[in-house]
Amino acid sequence: MNPANYLYLSALLFTIGASGVLIRRNAIVLFMCVELMLNAANLALVTFSRLHGNLDGQVIAFFTMVVAAAEVVVGLAIIVSVFRTRHSASVDDTNLMKQ
Amino acid sequence: MNALTSLALPAAGATSTGEAVQFWVLAVIAVAGALGMLLCRKAVHSALCLAATMLALAVCYLAQGAAFLGAVQIVVYTGAIMMLFLFVVMLVGVSTEDSVKEVLKGQRVAAAVCGVGFGILLIAGIANANLRTFTGLKSANAGGNVQGLARLIFTQYVWAFEVTGALLITAAVGAMVLTHREATSVRRSQRELAEQRVRLGQQVTPLPSPGVYARHNAVDVPALLPDGSPAETSVSSTLRARNQVREVGTGLRGKIAELEAGTSDWLGRRTPVQRTGTDVVRAAPPPGPPAPGAVTGVNGNGVNGNGAANGAVNGKASSGDEEERS
Repeated sequence: MNPANYLYLSALLFTIGASGVLIRRNAIVLFMCVELMLNAANLALVTFSRLHGNLDGQVIAFFTMVVAAAEVVVGLAIIVSVFRTRHSASVDDTNLMKQ
Repeated sequence: MNALTSLALPAAGATSTGEAVQFWVLAVIAVAGALGMLLCRKAVHSALCLAATMLALAVCYLAQGAAFLGAVQIVVYTGAIMMLFLFVVMLVGVSTEDSVKEVLKGQRVAAAVCGVGFGILLIAGIANANLRTFTGLKSANAGGNVQGLARLIFTQYVWAFEVTGALLITAAVGAMVLTHREATSVRRSQRELAEQRVRLGQQVTPLPSPGVYARHNAVDVPALLPDGSPAETSVSSTLRARNQVREVGTGLRGKIAELEAGTSDWLGRRTPVQRTGTDVVRAAPPPGPPAPGAVTGVNGNGVNGNGAANGAVNGKASSGDEEERS
Protein backbone atom coordinates (compact mmCIF):
# COMPACT_ATOMS: atom_id res chain seq x y z
CA MET A 1 0.00 0.00 0.00
CA ASN A 2 1.17 3.47 -0.82
CA PRO A 3 0.69 6.21 1.80
CA ALA A 4 -1.03 8.22 -0.94
CA ASN A 5 -4.13 6.19 -0.05
CA TYR A 6 -4.42 8.36 3.03
CA LEU A 7 -4.67 11.32 0.67
CA TYR A 8 -7.59 9.69 -1.15
CA LEU A 9 -9.29 9.08 2.18
CA SER A 10 -8.68 12.70 3.11
CA ALA A 11 -10.13 13.92 -0.20
CA LEU A 12 -13.19 11.74 0.28
CA LEU A 13 -13.79 13.02 3.80
CA PHE A 14 -13.30 16.61 2.68
CA THR A 15 -15.83 16.11 -0.10
CA ILE A 16 -18.38 14.62 2.30
CA GLY A 17 -17.86 17.57 4.64
CA ALA A 18 -18.26 20.11 1.85
CA SER A 19 -21.44 18.42 0.60
CA GLY A 20 -22.75 18.43 4.15
CA VAL A 21 -22.25 22.18 4.43
CA LEU A 22 -24.29 22.61 1.26
CA ILE A 23 -27.01 20.10 2.10
CA ARG A 24 -27.69 20.33 5.83
CA ARG A 25 -29.74 23.15 7.37
CA ASN A 26 -29.07 22.71 11.07
CA ALA A 27 -26.37 25.17 12.16
CA ILE A 28 -24.80 22.67 14.59
CA VAL A 29 -24.53 19.98 11.92
CA LEU A 30 -23.04 22.58 9.57
CA PHE A 31 -20.35 23.15 12.15
CA MET A 32 -19.73 19.43 12.41
CA CYS A 33 -19.25 19.30 8.64
CA VAL A 34 -16.71 22.12 8.87
CA GLU A 35 -14.91 20.17 11.59
CA LEU A 36 -14.83 17.15 9.31
CA MET A 37 -13.26 19.22 6.56
CA LEU A 38 -10.61 20.51 8.97
CA ASN A 39 -9.91 16.94 10.07
CA ALA A 40 -9.54 15.80 6.47
CA ALA A 41 -7.06 18.61 5.86
CA ASN A 42 -5.16 17.51 8.96
CA LEU A 43 -4.95 13.97 7.67
CA ALA A 44 -3.54 15.27 4.38
CA LEU A 45 -0.99 17.37 6.26
CA VAL A 46 0.15 14.41 8.38
CA THR A 47 0.43 12.26 5.26
CA PHE A 48 2.46 14.91 3.47
CA SER A 49 4.70 15.15 6.49
CA ARG A 50 5.36 11.42 6.16
CA LEU A 51 5.85 11.60 2.39
CA HIS A 52 8.44 14.36 2.71
CA GLY A 53 10.12 13.03 5.81
CA ASN A 54 9.95 16.19 7.94
CA LEU A 55 7.71 17.32 10.76
CA ASP A 56 6.51 20.66 9.36
CA GLY A 57 3.23 19.15 8.22
CA GLN A 58 2.55 17.85 11.72
CA VAL A 59 3.28 21.26 13.24
CA ILE A 60 0.81 22.88 10.86
CA ALA A 61 -1.78 20.20 11.62
CA PHE A 62 -1.28 21.01 15.30
CA PHE A 63 -1.96 24.69 14.65
CA THR A 64 -5.03 23.74 12.63
CA MET A 65 -6.35 21.86 15.64
CA VAL A 66 -5.86 24.89 17.88
CA VAL A 67 -7.61 27.17 15.40
CA ALA A 68 -10.44 24.63 15.05
CA ALA A 69 -10.91 24.61 18.81
CA ALA A 70 -11.09 28.41 18.93
CA GLU A 71 -13.47 28.47 15.97
CA VAL A 72 -15.79 25.92 17.57
CA VAL A 73 -15.95 27.86 20.83
CA VAL A 74 -16.95 31.11 19.14
CA GLY A 75 -19.19 29.44 16.57
CA LEU A 76 -21.17 27.50 19.13
CA ALA A 77 -21.51 30.62 21.27
CA ILE A 78 -22.98 32.39 18.23
CA ILE A 79 -25.38 29.49 17.64
CA VAL A 80 -26.52 29.60 21.26
CA SER A 81 -27.11 33.35 21.20
CA VAL A 82 -28.96 33.13 17.87
CA PHE A 83 -31.06 30.32 19.29
CA ARG A 84 -31.94 32.49 22.29
CA THR A 85 -33.25 35.31 20.15
CA ARG A 86 -34.78 33.38 17.23
CA HIS A 87 -35.65 30.07 18.97
CA SER A 88 -34.30 28.07 16.06
CA ALA A 89 -30.98 26.52 15.07
CA SER A 90 -31.86 26.29 11.39
CA VAL A 91 -29.88 28.47 9.04
CA ASP A 92 -33.01 29.02 6.95
CA ASP A 93 -34.69 30.90 9.78
CA THR A 94 -31.91 33.44 10.14
CA ASN A 95 -33.22 35.76 7.44
CA LEU A 96 -33.73 39.01 9.32
CA MET A 97 -31.83 41.01 6.70
CA LYS A 98 -34.08 39.69 3.94
CA GLN A 99 -37.39 40.62 5.51
CA MET B 1 -5.37 5.65 -13.76
CA ASN B 2 -2.24 6.32 -11.78
CA ALA B 3 -4.24 5.60 -8.70
CA LEU B 4 -5.15 2.13 -9.85
CA THR B 5 -1.60 1.22 -10.76
CA SER B 6 -0.29 2.57 -7.50
CA LEU B 7 -2.85 0.48 -5.66
CA ALA B 8 -2.04 -2.67 -7.61
CA LEU B 9 1.74 -2.57 -7.71
CA PRO B 10 3.78 -2.09 -4.58
CA ALA B 11 5.76 1.05 -5.30
CA ALA B 12 9.32 1.79 -4.26
CA GLY B 13 8.28 2.80 -0.78
CA ALA B 14 5.42 0.57 0.29
CA THR B 15 4.08 0.22 3.77
CA SER B 16 3.70 -3.04 5.61
CA THR B 17 0.75 -5.36 5.06
CA GLY B 18 -0.38 -4.76 8.60
CA GLU B 19 -0.70 -1.07 7.94
CA ALA B 20 -2.59 -1.77 4.72
CA VAL B 21 -5.14 -3.89 6.59
CA GLN B 22 -5.41 -1.26 9.29
CA PHE B 23 -5.88 1.45 6.70
CA TRP B 24 -8.72 -0.30 4.92
CA VAL B 25 -10.54 -1.01 8.17
CA LEU B 26 -10.08 2.56 9.39
CA ALA B 27 -11.00 4.06 6.02
CA VAL B 28 -14.30 2.18 6.02
CA ILE B 29 -15.07 3.33 9.57
CA ALA B 30 -14.11 6.94 8.79
CA VAL B 31 -16.13 7.17 5.59
CA ALA B 32 -19.12 5.41 7.16
CA GLY B 33 -18.99 7.82 10.09
CA ALA B 34 -18.79 10.83 7.77
CA LEU B 35 -21.71 9.60 5.67
CA GLY B 36 -23.67 8.89 8.84
CA MET B 37 -23.06 12.43 10.02
CA LEU B 38 -24.27 13.71 6.67
CA LEU B 39 -27.40 11.56 6.53
CA CYS B 40 -28.61 11.36 10.15
CA ARG B 41 -31.46 13.74 10.73
CA LYS B 42 -30.86 14.15 14.45
CA ALA B 43 -27.96 16.30 15.53
CA VAL B 44 -26.99 13.92 18.36
CA HIS B 45 -26.60 11.01 15.95
CA SER B 46 -24.52 13.21 13.65
CA ALA B 47 -22.25 14.15 16.55
CA LEU B 48 -21.70 10.51 17.52
CA CYS B 49 -20.94 9.52 13.91
CA LEU B 50 -18.43 12.36 13.69
CA ALA B 51 -16.79 11.18 16.92
CA ALA B 52 -16.30 7.72 15.34
CA THR B 53 -14.69 9.33 12.28
CA MET B 54 -12.36 11.36 14.46
CA LEU B 55 -11.29 8.31 16.45
CA ALA B 56 -10.50 6.47 13.20
CA LEU B 57 -8.45 9.45 12.04
CA ALA B 58 -6.57 9.49 15.35
CA VAL B 59 -5.49 5.89 14.75
CA CYS B 60 -4.45 6.92 11.21
CA TYR B 61 -2.21 9.61 12.72
CA LEU B 62 -0.66 7.12 15.12
CA ALA B 63 -0.01 4.70 12.25
CA GLN B 64 1.73 7.43 10.29
CA GLY B 65 4.27 8.24 12.95
CA ALA B 66 2.43 11.25 14.38
CA ALA B 67 2.12 9.99 17.95
CA PHE B 68 1.62 13.42 19.49
CA LEU B 69 -1.06 14.43 17.01
CA GLY B 70 -2.87 11.12 17.49
CA ALA B 71 -3.07 11.70 21.22
CA VAL B 72 -4.07 15.34 20.75
CA GLN B 73 -6.73 14.32 18.25
CA ILE B 74 -8.36 12.02 20.81
CA VAL B 75 -8.03 14.44 23.71
CA VAL B 76 -8.95 17.67 21.93
CA TYR B 77 -11.32 16.58 19.19
CA THR B 78 -13.23 13.62 20.57
CA GLY B 79 -12.74 14.69 24.17
CA ALA B 80 -13.30 18.44 24.15
CA ILE B 81 -14.77 19.60 20.87
CA MET B 82 -17.29 16.79 20.41
CA MET B 83 -18.41 17.11 24.03
CA LEU B 84 -18.87 20.84 23.45
CA PHE B 85 -20.98 19.97 20.43
CA LEU B 86 -23.07 17.58 22.47
CA PHE B 87 -23.55 20.19 25.20
CA VAL B 88 -24.82 22.71 22.67
CA VAL B 89 -27.05 20.09 21.03
CA MET B 90 -28.62 19.40 24.42
CA LEU B 91 -28.92 23.14 25.10
CA VAL B 92 -30.44 24.06 21.76
CA GLY B 93 -32.93 21.24 21.71
CA VAL B 94 -32.11 17.61 21.33
CA SER B 95 -35.44 16.77 19.70
CA THR B 96 -35.19 19.26 16.86
CA GLU B 97 -34.81 17.55 13.51
CA ASP B 98 -33.67 19.00 10.27
CA SER B 99 -36.51 20.19 8.11
CA VAL B 100 -37.07 18.24 4.93
CA LYS B 101 -38.58 21.26 3.20
CA GLU B 102 -36.29 22.82 0.62
CA VAL B 103 -36.21 26.59 0.70
CA LEU B 104 -34.31 26.82 -2.57
CA LYS B 105 -35.73 24.49 -5.15
CA GLY B 106 -33.45 21.67 -6.24
CA GLN B 107 -30.74 22.81 -3.86
CA ARG B 108 -30.08 19.38 -2.42
CA VAL B 109 -29.62 17.74 -5.81
CA ALA B 110 -27.42 20.58 -6.99
CA ALA B 111 -25.33 20.34 -3.81
CA ALA B 112 -24.91 16.59 -4.23
CA VAL B 113 -23.85 17.02 -7.86
CA CYS B 114 -21.40 19.75 -6.86
CA GLY B 115 -20.01 17.52 -4.10
CA VAL B 116 -19.48 14.58 -6.43
CA GLY B 117 -17.83 16.80 -9.04
CA PHE B 118 -15.57 18.36 -6.42
CA GLY B 119 -14.59 14.94 -5.14
CA ILE B 120 -13.76 13.73 -8.64
CA LEU B 121 -11.59 16.81 -9.18
CA LEU B 122 -9.74 16.33 -5.90
CA ILE B 123 -9.13 12.63 -6.40
CA ALA B 124 -8.07 13.13 -10.01
CA GLY B 125 -5.62 15.76 -8.84
CA ILE B 126 -4.10 13.39 -6.30
CA ALA B 127 -4.01 10.57 -8.84
CA ASN B 128 -2.03 12.72 -11.26
CA ALA B 129 0.56 13.68 -8.68
CA ASN B 130 3.80 11.76 -8.55
CA LEU B 131 3.50 9.98 -5.23
CA ARG B 132 5.29 6.72 -5.99
CA THR B 133 8.00 7.07 -3.37
CA PHE B 134 7.91 8.36 0.15
CA THR B 135 10.61 9.23 2.61
CA GLY B 136 9.06 8.15 5.87
CA LEU B 137 9.54 9.73 9.26
CA LYS B 138 12.22 7.43 10.59
CA SER B 139 14.97 10.03 10.58
CA ALA B 140 12.70 12.94 11.55
CA ASN B 141 11.31 10.99 14.49
CA ALA B 142 14.73 9.70 15.52
CA GLY B 143 14.90 11.93 18.61
CA GLY B 144 11.26 11.33 19.46
CA ASN B 145 8.15 12.69 17.80
CA VAL B 146 7.24 15.06 20.64
CA GLN B 147 10.80 16.37 20.94
CA GLY B 148 10.99 16.98 17.20
CA LEU B 149 7.67 18.84 17.18
CA ALA B 150 8.69 20.89 20.20
CA ARG B 151 11.96 21.87 18.54
CA LEU B 152 10.08 23.12 15.48
CA ILE B 153 7.27 24.86 17.39
CA PHE B 154 9.60 26.76 19.70
CA THR B 155 12.13 27.78 17.04
CA GLN B 156 10.81 28.12 13.53
CA TYR B 157 7.12 28.46 14.37
CA VAL B 158 7.38 30.36 17.64
CA TRP B 159 5.66 33.43 16.24
CA ALA B 160 2.70 31.38 15.04
CA PHE B 161 2.61 29.70 18.43
CA GLU B 162 2.37 33.06 20.24
CA VAL B 163 -0.32 34.31 17.89
CA THR B 164 -2.20 31.10 18.63
CA GLY B 165 -2.16 32.00 22.31
CA ALA B 166 -3.71 35.39 21.51
CA LEU B 167 -6.32 33.65 19.35
CA LEU B 168 -7.30 31.28 22.14
CA ILE B 169 -7.68 34.10 24.66
CA THR B 170 -9.79 36.05 22.18
CA ALA B 171 -11.97 33.02 21.57
CA ALA B 172 -12.53 32.48 25.29
CA VAL B 173 -13.44 36.14 25.84
CA GLY B 174 -15.63 36.10 22.74
CA ALA B 175 -17.56 33.07 23.95
CA MET B 176 -18.15 34.74 27.31
CA VAL B 177 -19.28 38.00 25.71
CA LEU B 178 -21.61 36.25 23.26
CA THR B 179 -23.35 34.04 25.79
CA HIS B 180 -23.44 36.45 28.73
CA ARG B 181 -26.76 38.00 29.64
CA GLU B 182 -27.19 41.01 31.89
CA ALA B 183 -29.53 40.54 34.84
CA THR B 184 -32.49 42.83 34.15
CA SER B 185 -33.87 42.86 37.69
CA VAL B 186 -32.63 42.41 41.23
CA ARG B 187 -33.07 38.88 42.46
CA ARG B 188 -35.69 38.74 45.22
CA SER B 189 -35.00 36.86 48.41
CA GLN B 190 -37.12 34.07 49.83
CA ARG B 191 -38.39 36.36 52.57
CA GLU B 192 -39.53 38.98 50.08
CA LEU B 193 -41.28 36.36 47.99
CA ALA B 194 -43.11 35.01 51.05
CA GLU B 195 -44.19 38.51 52.10
CA GLN B 196 -45.46 39.19 48.62
CA ARG B 197 -47.50 35.98 48.59
CA VAL B 198 -49.18 36.89 51.89
CA ARG B 199 -49.80 40.48 50.80
CA LEU B 200 -51.39 39.52 47.49
CA GLY B 201 -53.44 36.73 49.00
CA GLN B 202 -51.89 34.06 46.80
CA GLN B 203 -51.44 30.47 47.86
CA VAL B 204 -49.35 30.50 51.02
CA THR B 205 -49.14 26.78 51.64
CA PRO B 206 -47.16 24.48 49.39
CA LEU B 207 -48.91 23.41 46.19
CA PRO B 208 -50.63 20.01 46.20
CA SER B 209 -48.47 17.08 45.23
CA PRO B 210 -49.12 15.13 42.02
CA GLY B 211 -51.47 12.18 41.95
CA VAL B 212 -50.48 8.76 43.26
CA TYR B 213 -52.45 5.90 41.74
CA ALA B 214 -52.13 2.21 41.30
CA ARG B 215 -50.69 2.55 37.83
CA HIS B 216 -49.03 5.96 37.68
CA ASN B 217 -47.23 7.85 40.36
CA ALA B 218 -45.24 10.09 38.04
CA VAL B 219 -45.06 13.84 38.49
CA ASP B 220 -46.97 14.45 35.29
CA VAL B 221 -50.16 12.85 36.63
CA PRO B 222 -52.45 15.42 38.23
CA ALA B 223 -54.08 14.73 41.57
CA LEU B 224 -57.85 14.39 41.58
CA LEU B 225 -60.12 16.70 43.50
CA PRO B 226 -62.92 15.13 45.55
CA ASP B 227 -65.31 15.44 42.65
CA GLY B 228 -62.99 13.61 40.27
CA SER B 229 -61.68 16.56 38.30
CA PRO B 230 -57.91 16.95 37.99
CA ALA B 231 -56.20 19.53 40.19
CA GLU B 232 -54.18 21.57 37.73
CA THR B 233 -51.87 23.09 40.32
CA SER B 234 -50.67 19.67 41.44
CA VAL B 235 -48.55 19.38 38.27
CA SER B 236 -45.44 21.48 37.71
CA SER B 237 -46.08 24.66 35.75
CA THR B 238 -43.30 23.71 33.32
CA LEU B 239 -45.10 20.50 32.39
CA ARG B 240 -48.36 22.41 32.06
CA ALA B 241 -46.77 24.95 29.73
CA ARG B 242 -45.40 22.13 27.57
CA ASN B 243 -48.79 20.35 27.54
CA GLN B 244 -47.15 17.26 28.98
CA VAL B 245 -49.72 16.64 31.69
CA ARG B 246 -50.84 13.04 31.54
CA GLU B 247 -54.57 12.46 31.40
CA VAL B 248 -55.91 10.53 34.37
CA GLY B 249 -58.30 8.65 32.16
CA THR B 250 -62.00 9.12 31.72
CA GLY B 251 -62.69 5.60 33.01
CA LEU B 252 -61.34 6.34 36.46
CA ARG B 253 -62.98 9.74 36.61
CA GLY B 254 -66.30 8.33 35.43
CA LYS B 255 -66.09 5.62 38.10
CA ILE B 256 -65.51 8.21 40.78
CA ALA B 257 -68.45 10.28 39.57
CA GLU B 258 -70.59 7.13 39.60
CA LEU B 259 -69.61 6.38 43.17
CA GLU B 260 -70.36 9.94 44.16
CA ALA B 261 -73.77 9.80 42.55
CA GLY B 262 -74.53 6.47 44.18
CA THR B 263 -73.55 7.81 47.57
CA SER B 264 -75.64 10.90 47.09
CA ASP B 265 -78.62 8.77 46.16
CA TRP B 266 -78.20 6.48 49.13
CA LEU B 267 -77.85 9.40 51.51
CA GLY B 268 -80.78 11.11 49.89
CA ARG B 269 -78.76 14.20 49.08
CA ARG B 270 -80.04 15.20 45.70
CA THR B 271 -78.69 18.73 45.73
CA PRO B 272 -74.91 18.79 45.96
CA VAL B 273 -73.30 21.21 48.35
CA GLN B 274 -71.93 24.08 46.35
CA ARG B 275 -68.65 25.40 47.55
CA THR B 276 -67.00 28.55 46.36
CA GLY B 277 -63.53 28.93 44.96
CA THR B 278 -63.19 25.46 43.47
CA ASP B 279 -63.09 26.81 39.95
CA VAL B 280 -59.66 28.17 40.59
CA VAL B 281 -58.15 24.73 40.58
CA ARG B 282 -60.63 22.94 38.40
CA ALA B 283 -59.85 22.44 34.75
CA ALA B 284 -63.28 21.28 33.63
CA PRO B 285 -66.69 21.22 35.28
CA PRO B 286 -67.05 17.97 37.21
CA PRO B 287 -68.85 15.18 35.43
CA GLY B 288 -72.24 14.24 36.78
CA PRO B 289 -73.74 15.69 39.92
CA PRO B 290 -70.73 16.69 41.98
CA ALA B 291 -70.95 16.01 45.66
CA PRO B 292 -67.58 16.89 47.13
CA GLY B 293 -68.84 16.60 50.66
CA ALA B 294 -69.76 12.96 50.18
CA VAL B 295 -66.22 11.62 49.85
CA THR B 296 -66.17 10.19 53.34
CA GLY B 297 -69.47 8.59 52.62
CA VAL B 298 -67.94 6.52 49.86
CA ASN B 299 -65.51 4.87 52.18
CA GLY B 300 -67.94 4.64 55.03
CA ASN B 301 -70.39 2.68 52.98
CA GLY B 302 -67.85 0.15 51.90
CA VAL B 303 -68.21 0.86 48.22
CA ASN B 304 -64.62 -0.15 47.67
CA GLY B 305 -64.78 -1.32 44.09
CA ASN B 306 -61.82 0.82 43.21
CA GLY B 307 -59.49 1.03 46.13
CA ALA B 308 -56.87 3.01 44.33
CA ALA B 309 -59.34 5.59 43.21
CA ASN B 310 -60.74 5.94 46.66
CA GLY B 311 -57.32 6.28 48.16
CA ALA B 312 -56.46 8.95 45.69
CA VAL B 313 -59.68 10.78 46.30
CA ASN B 314 -59.21 10.72 50.03
CA GLY B 315 -55.59 11.69 49.77
CA LYS B 316 -56.42 14.62 47.61
CA ALA B 317 -59.48 15.78 49.48
CA SER B 318 -57.35 17.62 52.03
CA SER B 319 -55.21 19.25 49.37
CA GLY B 320 -58.30 20.35 47.56
CA ASP B 321 -59.51 21.97 50.74
CA GLU B 322 -56.21 23.77 51.10
CA GLU B 323 -56.68 25.13 47.62
CA GLU B 324 -60.00 26.58 48.50
CA ARG B 325 -58.87 28.15 51.72
CA SER B 326 -56.31 30.28 49.99
